[in-house]
Amino acid sequence: MTTKTLYDKLWDSHVVRYDDDGTALLYIDRQLVHEVTSPQAFEGLRLTGRQPWRVNANLATPDHNVPTTSRPNGIEDIDDPIARIQVETLGANCNEFGLTEFGMSDNRQGIVHVVGPEQGATLPGMTVVCGDSHTSSHGALGALAFGIGTSEVEHVLATQCLIQKKSKSMLLIVDGQVGPGVTAKDIVLAIIGEIGTAGGTGYAIEFSGQAIRDLSIEGRLTVCNMAIEAGARAGFVAVDEKTIEYVKGRPYAPTGENWQKAVGYWETLHSDPGAEFDAVVRIDAASIKPQVTWGTSPEMVVAVDERVPDPEEIEDATRAAGMRRALEYMGLEAGTPIREIGVDKVFIGSCTNSRIEDLRAAAAVVKGKRVADSIKLALVVPGSGLVKQQAEAEGLDQIFTEAGFEWREPGCSMCLAMNADRLAPGERCASTSNRNFEGRQGMGGRSHLVSPAMAAAAAVTGHFVDVRELN
Amino acid sequence: MEPFESFTGIVCPLDRSNVDTDAIIPKQFLKSIKRSGFGPNLFDEWRYLDIGEPGMDNSQRPLNPDFVLNDPRYQGASILLTRKNFGCGSSREHAPWALADFGIKVIIAPSFADIFFNNCFKNGILPTVIDEKIVDELFAKSGDVEALQIAVDLEAQTLQLPDGGMLNFEVDGFRKHCLLNGLDDIGLTLQHVDEIKAFEARHRQAAPWLFQ
Repeated sequence: MTTKTLYDKLWDSHVVRYDDDGTALLYIDRQLVHEVTSPQAFEGLRLTGRQPWRVNANLATPDHNVPTTSRPNGIEDIDDPIARIQVETLGANCNEFGLTEFGMSDNRQGIVHVVGPEQGATLPGMTVVCGDSHTSSHGALGALAFGIGTSEVEHVLATQCLIQKKSKSMLLIVDGQVGPGVTAKDIVLAIIGEIGTAGGTGYAIEFSGQAIRDLSIEGRLTVCNMAIEAGARAGFVAVDEKTIEYVKGRPYAPTGENWQKAVGYWETLHSDPGAEFDAVVRIDAASIKPQVTWGTSPEMVVAVDERVPDPEEIEDATRAAGMRRALEYMGLEAGTPIREIGVDKVFIGSCTNSRIEDLRAAAAVVKGKRVADSIKLALVVPGSGLVKQQAEAEGLDQIFTEAGFEWREPGCSMCLAMNADRLAPGERCASTSNRNFEGRQGMGGRSHLVSPAMAAAAAVTGHFVDVRELN
Repeated sequence: MEPFESFTGIVCPLDRSNVDTDAIIPKQFLKSIKRSGFGPNLFDEWRYLDIGEPGMDNSQRPLNPDFVLNDPRYQGASILLTRKNFGCGSSREHAPWALADFGIKVIIAPSFADIFFNNCFKNGILPTVIDEKIVDELFAKSGDVEALQIAVDLEAQTLQLPDGGMLNFEVDGFRKHCLLNGLDDIGLTLQHVDEIKAFEARHRQAAPWLFQ
């Protein structure tokens, strides 16, 4: 028997056929659908008179465009008429073609990448796609999950398949244990800092090593979520007891005889001993400290006790030019200690960090403290209606609101600022999201990516601080 | 999709690495439910001096004179020359829609992000991976008083420079075939309906929980 990587197993079990040149037709088990990247796909079906191949393989929810302020009347409460049309269009398309949709008034609505795992709609061993690059998140459950464009959304709707070439495989080992106060977000930011935003381009990354195994499934979702920020379309983690325990009892998870059969299969979803990878990268977990990005690409990241780097010390001219442009955009001087950078707004949310454990971690820092006077706005946006409900049952909303945070309705919110939650030009934000690109959180806005605990610490002090030193 | 034909076009040099799809087409324009009309908002935040919103009359907006797309030399450009990791970030196909709507047919860069690269082919855009040193030379040439023009031949997989220089590029055989013939992927896949059905039946047998 040949040894296989986890990627080989996930890939091989979904190949419908190969063309002579090695292009595969890959079967897709689950497609998640949201309002922004689907309308043109449904329009394509209408124009060609096609129907969804297997309608129950799809699950839809609006997330990018929804307001996070109070919205008791659902879609009626979207002020922006263009955004409202898009959310209405998703509902109309789901109705017309028979897809299940968790609409704005459904408490299961939320960010697609929070909803999928939460519902058990993402299962180990599946192929999962969505018209969103952060689909890599779902790999945390031992699935092959990746983002696609709208033409491919239509392709999956119509054929349940995608035309794909297999990527190269990378094993990324995070050896040893992280110290206290160092989270999944710090691990993945440190990985991106190490291999760069294009370090994983062309690869599917298997995250492994003790520090990854030690993470909860929610922590693994955070790591896999940002595989795309390292350039890899897909990132995943082998199935273990935590994975199976996480899936058990969720609404879409198998039951009875099927559960037993599924678990038997899922337990095989790991790379075989001796399996070969195209690349192996090793990172020492003990060396990872809480991370803060300083620039306009996730690879522009340092530990909180460091300083903003100096482009004059960089030999590569193109890279140095990029750093200079980033410093100018960010309004930062080289050599400034990260701890001396003050922030205007704080955003806790996004498909990277809006799950219950993220909110608990942030609340633990905030409890008994106040948001600093210099902070204009501190937002907590739960990832789904069910996360919100759970947080409220635990009293986390009280902790946040008593400290001066705003407690919002679920959605993508200020991660990409399609709705009203955004930065004004020049405003600086401590954000638990995944992209610090120019203009990402609002034109001229300056984003620093951090963990939920670090964002909470910045909120209560008004500047970046090592959360491990905060009383 | 229109078949991709040989052409000679003006090269617009965008001298930045890691240009992300948020920069190519900012989020506020993603609210459209159409596939067309994104061209005027291509690189919106760099191209205009004000804040762009959907529904604006873009012809009345103040242009940023320092942005390369507004340089008189590069008006009518159909080839974009840029740096490594072009198209990183969000999977939004609105990025190639905006580029195509603007008139870009070919992108030359040392490397591309995977999802964007793939999305280009679905929209009649040819992304070509060219060695970084040669890209440096092309940047030097395209900064001249007159814009650089390149002749693109997908069939022969060549880029012909006006000084007689010739560059070859690699392209996946299947993608080349689809571009040259303007083929619709879905139509091609549906030629294999029987195989998909047979696979699905085996898959259902092996993993019935996926079909609950």
